[in-house]
Amino acid sequence: MSFFDVVFYLFAAITVMAGMGVVLARNPVHAALFLVLAFCSCAGIWMLLEAEFLAITLILVYVGAVMVLFLFVVMMLDLNLVKLREGFWRWFPFGALIAGLMVFEMVWVLGSRQTADVTTAVVHAADYSNTKELGRLLYTQYVYPFEIAAVILLVAMVAAIALTLRRRQGVKTQNISEQVKAKKADRLRIVKMKSEPKQS
Amino acid sequence: MMEWLQPIQTLLGPAWLPIWTVLKIVLIIAPLMGGVAYLTLAERKVIGWMQIRIGPNRVGYFGLLQPLADGLKLFMKEIIIPSGANKFLFILAPIMTLMPALAAWAVVPFNAELVLSNVNAGLLYILAMTSLGVYGVIIAGWASNSKYAFLGCLRSAAQIVSYEIAMGFALVCVLMAAQSLNLGDIVRAQHGNYGMLNWYIIPLFPVFLVYLISGVAETNRAPFDVAEGESEIVAGFHVEYSGMAFALFFLGEYANMILIAFLTSIMFLGGWLSPVPFLPDSIVWMFAKVAFVLFLFLWFRATFPRYRYDQLMRLGWKIFIPISLLWVVVVGAWMQTSYWLW
Repeated sequence: MSFFDVVFYLFAAITVMAGMGVVLARNPVHAALFLVLAFCSCAGIWMLLEAEFLAITLILVYVGAVMVLFLFVVMMLDLNLVKLREGFWRWFPFGALIAGLMVFEMVWVLGSRQTADVTTAVVHAADYSNTKELGRLLYTQYVYPFEIAAVILLVAMVAAIALTLRRRQGVKTQNISEQVKAKKADRLRIVKMKSEPKQS
Repeated sequence: MMEWLQPIQTLLGPAWLPIWTVLKIVLIIAPLMGGVAYLTLAERKVIGWMQIRIGPNRVGYFGLLQPLADGLKLFMKEIIIPSGANKFLFILAPIMTLMPALAAWAVVPFNAELVLSNVNAGLLYILAMTSLGVYGVIIAGWASNSKYAFLGCLRSAAQIVSYEIAMGFALVCVLMAAQSLNLGDIVRAQHGNYGMLNWYIIPLFPVFLVYLISGVAETNRAPFDVAEGESEIVAGFHVEYSGMAFALFFLGEYANMILIAFLTSIMFLGGWLSPVPFLPDSIVWMFAKVAFVLFLFLWFRATFPRYRYDQLMRLGWKIFIPISLLWVVVVGAWMQTSYWLW
């Protein structure tokens, strides 16, 4: 087993254990932190495949932004664990069925003829830039799917913001531009007066 | 490159690479820690002078041993873990703050040759590492089981996530101008015949301001220190920490400040390039620029009162993000014309 394999299996083991942790952790904050660990070790595996752009973006977007907001929400929720675990056994067969189906799909995809031949990672030259390669593909061959995905995300974002828009009566807000525009002369009146003699 | 190391290399054989790498890491981290220590002294001195005080002057000549005394004091103190705190996460939080602040230094070039790891996606790596720093703050606030700490951590998380977006777009402008994510190449792209007129601060000036101010906000420094806010939530996320655990937060904050100063000088101020054409490029310029940016950090702290929370959010979302987005478009269009001289 080469050093490469050792590192791969280390990351893979951490990913699987962290994934188990996400499901099994009693505390939702711990579960979220396990998910962070899973993302980090996934990024490590991608890094092994010389996909440094994807690996770093995974850290940047999922760990650095998405999971922060996730943690933010989870910490503020008052979760009742006993209530959450209610009906676990009732829904267990359904969950097991879905899990089995997903395992079957994974095996099917990974065992298919297209992927079965690829057993070792492709080794690139030293000056190979994953970032450049991805950029070229995204903006030439896959430009339409890429743009469509971007527009769908934009629509989702606008919809999410639109959901929070509502007019409330009697809200006190400040008008910043008016505040910035205020001059000294508008607020302050300087009165010239003679000094008065000291009262004894 | 270094011929005198050859005999040691042959002696150690395959163990050479890890040993040499660790040695290089130590050569970066040790001066960095010294820099952090003396930055705290510089801060107290500079702010003292700005406020017509003397600053620390008792320990050693001109107070030069003050950082060592502070460090020793913090080292001797007991680490108190509050009852009801999550012990593992409570200890993990300061480590999570310091770790990304140090890890980011792997790709920072000091001059044309001096860099630990010449990574092609260096800029992206820096962005990813600095975005991890917020975890230390969040975990510290949550694990402390204290309301003040929790409020501080929520404020800080919201602030860092918002300013990261503006910062990211500022970096997009830089990488468009330099056409590379490699920090060394970004500096080399600013090389030219006109000294400082070739630096990216000239075409990207609005973005430079956005980046610098966002950098102050990212490191939770005054006037953006609502996460600590001594007058409101006593010390925010690290209120329950004592001794070395507290010192680690401190080290992380100052290491991040120095990192932001380095990045600002690399991306906008030409890194190790000389400001005038007749002087040679040297690492001295790099340190001079870094010192200048760090001085700005201290100057801000001595000058501005703390932002109110809603004003801080407004500045990030309604002013900085539109400015940096607009400048991405402007730079993109500008580069297509013949007026792009950089």
